[in-house]
Amino acid sequence: MSLLSAEHVCVRFGAEEVLHDISLTVAPGEIVTILGPNGSGKSTLLRALLGIVPVAEGRILREAGLRIGYVPQRLTIDRTLPITVRRFLSLPVRVSDAAAAEALARVGMAGQEGEQMATLSGGQQQRVLLARALLGKPQILMLDEPTSGLDQPGEAAFYRLIEEVRRDTGAAVLMVSHDLHVVMAASDRVICLNGHICCEGTPRVVSSAPEYRALFGLGTQGALALYRHEHDHDHDAAHPHHHRHDHQHLHDHARDHAHDHA
Amino acid sequence: MLDDFLIRAGLAAVGLSLATGPLGSFVVWRRMAYFGDATAHAAILGVALALATDLPIGLGTLTVALAMAVTVAGLSARGWAMDTTLGVLAHSALAFGLVAVSFFPTVRTDLSSYLFGDILAVSRTDLALVWLGALAVLALLAWRWQALLTATLSEDLAHAAGLRPDRERLILVLALALVVAVALKIVGALLIAAMLIIPAATARSFARTPEAMAGLAILIGALSGLGGLGLSLWQDTPTGPSIIVVAAGLFALASARRQA
Repeated sequence: MSLLSAEHVCVRFGAEEVLHDISLTVAPGEIVTILGPNGSGKSTLLRALLGIVPVAEGRILREAGLRIGYVPQRLTIDRTLPITVRRFLSLPVRVSDAAAAEALARVGMAGQEGEQMATLSGGQQQRVLLARALLGKPQILMLDEPTSGLDQPGEAAFYRLIEEVRRDTGAAVLMVSHDLHVVMAASDRVICLNGHICCEGTPRVVSSAPEYRALFGLGTQGALALYRHEHDHDHDAAHPHHHRHDHQHLHDHARDHAHDHA
Repeated sequence: MLDDFLIRAGLAAVGLSLATGPLGSFVVWRRMAYFGDATAHAAILGVALALATDLPIGLGTLTVALAMAVTVAGLSARGWAMDTTLGVLAHSALAFGLVAVSFFPTVRTDLSSYLFGDILAVSRTDLALVWLGALAVLALLAWRWQALLTATLSEDLAHAAGLRPDRERLILVLALALVVAVALKIVGALLIAAMLIIPAATARSFARTPEAMAGLAILIGALSGLGGLGLSLWQDTPTGPSIIVVAAGLFALASARRQA
């Protein structure tokens, strides 16, 4: 029984096919991460699942009456728009003061009702967005790079919070990310995306898949992969190594890499 | 009581600000200032159209303002370079309107009342139309308030909550056309956008919530209207510009207070 699924979904912007033949499902209570480099279409996939972006082919199935809690990448609030945290939590559905206070306490923002949204730090704003999403008692939380504005400790704390929320409410979590280390630990399942689904599975399976290594092997965001790479191949230092970072090079290299392990 | 032209003028100004306060807040939040200009300038073309077809002036301006607003909204949804497009549309609409109106000699002499308003000549019927129009705009905005506000903060959040941001945008467009039709008589086509933006921008300094800002903008708009009326009587200045002068003065005071 799945909450949300995509069947052979294609998304096009004009003539360009951004997403090709995507099929996925999210079951109740599981944490699924869509992982991919910049420009891989991962935000577009989330937006398609939400119904913001129309699909050109295939279809998106939601359980009837599915309650979705959406946390966007960030919220840019125009300085001309005054709005307190408390008022923001009542959009678009008005909630009671007690419910608002409880949701804020849940995300570690107790007593911050009177703050102006525009003056919050990136981390605080993400917490408020999460609180607002939780007020709808979601069956699934959908988060689009929720930690892109946070430093590393803030990021780790935010993912811990997501896990707590899942444990306490039983909500499924579908999130998008381009960073690896924390996500890997926090997810039940990882879908590796680059226009199409390259590979998917548990974090352990995915992180050793050649397709995954091809994508993240030497990419600038692949901190963990880079670390592993250098760790596994300390003899590389002896060779003059061209860090040209073009895709072909990465691909070949990752194949070698996988081969070494075989 | 309504026999006195001054009382009618005052009531018209207050009635108008009921609509311009909340709508102007959305214009400021969504950065639609130029959009307001284009719609308002199209009203002159509406005057010409009404005269040519013997329709009431209000109906002519409403129709043309609505057509302009829908056109602009459509173009912006398709991702045109809005700054240039709006500039072209706003000024062309004004120029076409002025040329078209010049074919009617009776209006030619009276053109300034359409450009700068003629609040002292507001009749009972005008007054009724101003209040009806303003209350309709107020009701429309109040009905869609939560959805409009959500879509203004983030179209994605609105979408995810099952709202339709494009429909909410259309509501604002409709409200804007109504306000233009209503405000033409009071502040004139050239200054309608000012009546939307300046009171709302002034209210921003004092407000902590969107509702407070909209409410304060109503108050500041009404004050500007009455103050401008007074200034106009005292110094025999054109009333529409006088109202905006007072509004701008209040804005300057509020900004100075904020700096201090």
